[in-house]
Amino acid sequence: MAKRIEVSDLSIYYNNFLAVEGVNISIEPRSITAIIGPSGCGKSTFLRTLNRMHEVIPGGRVEGKVVMDGQDLYGEDVDPVDVRRQIGMVFQRPNPFPTMSIYGNVAAGIRLNNTKMKKSDLDDLVERSLKGANLWNEVKDRLDRPGAGLSGGQQQRLCIARAIAIEPDVLLMDEPASALDPISTLAIEDLMHELKERFTIVIVTHNMQQAARVSESTGFFNLNGIGQPGRLIEFNSTEKIFGNPDVKATEDYISGRFG
Amino acid sequence: MSTDTRAAPETAAPPRGPVRVERRLPRFALVGVYLAGIVLGAGLSALTGFSIAAALVYGVVLGTLGVYLVTRAVQGRRKATDRLVTSLVTTAFGIAMIPLISLVWTVLDKGLARFDGDFFTMSMFRVVGEGGGAYHAIIGTLVITALATVIAVPIGLMTAIYLVEYGSGRLKRAITFFVDVMTGIPSIVAGLFAFALFTLIFGNDARLGVMGAVALAVLMIPVVVRSCEEVLKLVPNEYREASYALGVPKWRTVVKVVLPTAMAGLGTGVTLSVARVVGETAPLLITVGLITGTNLNPFDGRMATLPVFAFYQLTQPGTATQAFIDRAWTAALLLIILVMALNVVARLISRFFAPKTGR
Ligand SMILES: Nc1ncnc2c1ncn2[C@@H]1O[C@H](COP(=O)(O)OP(=O)(O)OP(=O)(O)O)[C@@H](O)[C@H]1O
Ligand SMILES: [Mg+2]
Repeated sequence: MAKRIEVSDLSIYYNNFLAVEGVNISIEPRSITAIIGPSGCGKSTFLRTLNRMHEVIPGGRVEGKVVMDGQDLYGEDVDPVDVRRQIGMVFQRPNPFPTMSIYGNVAAGIRLNNTKMKKSDLDDLVERSLKGANLWNEVKDRLDRPGAGLSGGQQQRLCIARAIAIEPDVLLMDEPASALDPISTLAIEDLMHELKERFTIVIVTHNMQQAARVSESTGFFNLNGIGQPGRLIEFNSTEKIFGNPDVKATEDYISGRFG
Repeated sequence: MSTDTRAAPETAAPPRGPVRVERRLPRFALVGVYLAGIVLGAGLSALTGFSIAAALVYGVVLGTLGVYLVTRAVQGRRKATDRLVTSLVTTAFGIAMIPLISLVWTVLDKGLARFDGDFFTMSMFRVVGEGGGAYHAIIGTLVITALATVIAVPIGLMTAIYLVEYGSGRLKRAITFFVDVMTGIPSIVAGLFAFALFTLIFGNDARLGVMGAVALAVLMIPVVVRSCEEVLKLVPNEYREASYALGVPKWRTVVKVVLPTAMAGLGTGVTLSVARVVGETAPLLITVGLITGTNLNPFDGRMATLPVFAFYQLTQPGTATQAFIDRAWTAALLLIILVMALNVVARLISRFFAPKTGR
């Protein structure tokens, strides 16, 4: 069940440092939304506020609203742990749990939460998730081997399998392919096309072609200068952003003229 | 020195590369010079009345000097300084090893006399002269150390978890400070603390295994906290975040992700902290005392332990003095073996539990 996310007037702080200011964005269900922008403009920071991972960092806090299907994720009575169960995340660097097997990594969401599940159901879930992440064929004979023994690209797909195994509504991906070769990157892009049938996907990327290839909508973040907060400059359909953007800064960035 | 040995390569005049070609001294030449120095030193010491120590001191000085001068003449100053420093550092290492080796040697030499079956199977019950053994003390040491570990590890580990995962601000700094202070507590103070604590409850004559265990635990806790804290800090944040992102609450993340990832280091740290206290004498002397028979119950009366056993064997020999001294040395030998075994166990733990990549 994919969900729509409405962000309004979101400002994000590290202690007293305002990292991102006044973001308004509407993320459509069953689509891929790309976030682009220069380094340090707060893309990761913004992404992490969508599933309340930002407050894990000491001093991290936000102002504003993030509403998912009518519910404010930062409301008084909302448990961040519940939010994260509905909004999964894939990190920039692959981080499979080093103590767990491939199987254990995919089953981690279930096992770590002590969710009761029959062995056969769990087996099914693991297989489904690994197939969903396009990894099943490569690892089906060695599910009990350590997850850390896979190649970087395989590890990243393992992390995607781990994230989709808890069946979230939304999947956040922070530069999921930045450390990967073109073939693994393509595999992950294909995968995103399949996943968007079921999930709402938000992806941060430095790769403009990638954003243009995979996403329906694109948001461009930028900084006015060092020490200034990052802002959402333009949010539009990907076609418009890459064809005929409304804002001059977006065009400059996309065509490589900035700074 | 003459340079005609190098004439051939020089006439070839290779184009000057970025790396300067150097003349080299073969290894055996250096070793030869050094040994010559030692022999010379021995000869020199013979002049003043031969002794091994003097021979070695003279020899090492002359050998080092010789190597320095020869290298300097052939290979130049930089290389010579390099060699000089190398020999100084090696000599320092050698000096540092002397006490260790001579200690192990002495203990082996004197301890092996009674390192027999009886020593491991008999207590001192009704033994006043020769014979007897330290069975009761071995068991006592094992029981009390195990009990101390059971007390210290949960407290220490949880403190470390608090410091790394939860603590912040003033409380964290205060705890860190007190742990540091505790690290420096003299062991006799820990013993007196346990003694005072228990005599408050059980009266002045209380001597219990558990008192000793508490005293040892007081000594162990800061070591456990420190080593576990370091190990937990090494667990990359990525794994915690990966776990949170799966909707796993913090405490479960700590228990099921952080601790297993750090298991190897935690096991090593705990084992080494056990090794740290297993030979403590003073606190056990005042809290546990000594008996000649076997007492397995740490909650009932005095117990024997290896260090205290060794202490009393030495200080209060009965009729057969030599037999008592022999037993003391064997107990000392056994303690050293215990500590070594614990170190080996620590290594095995860290190898066994280390996260495997295994491609
Ligand atoms: N843990 C932190 N504590 C304090 N400031 C931080 C922290 N993480 C990021 N920042 C600051 O927040 C701003 C945004 O950082 P962020 O990581 O979101 O950038 P980014 O757009 O993801 O950059 P990149 O493309 O390089 O990943 C930067 O100025 C950065 O210095
Ligand atoms: Mg980033």
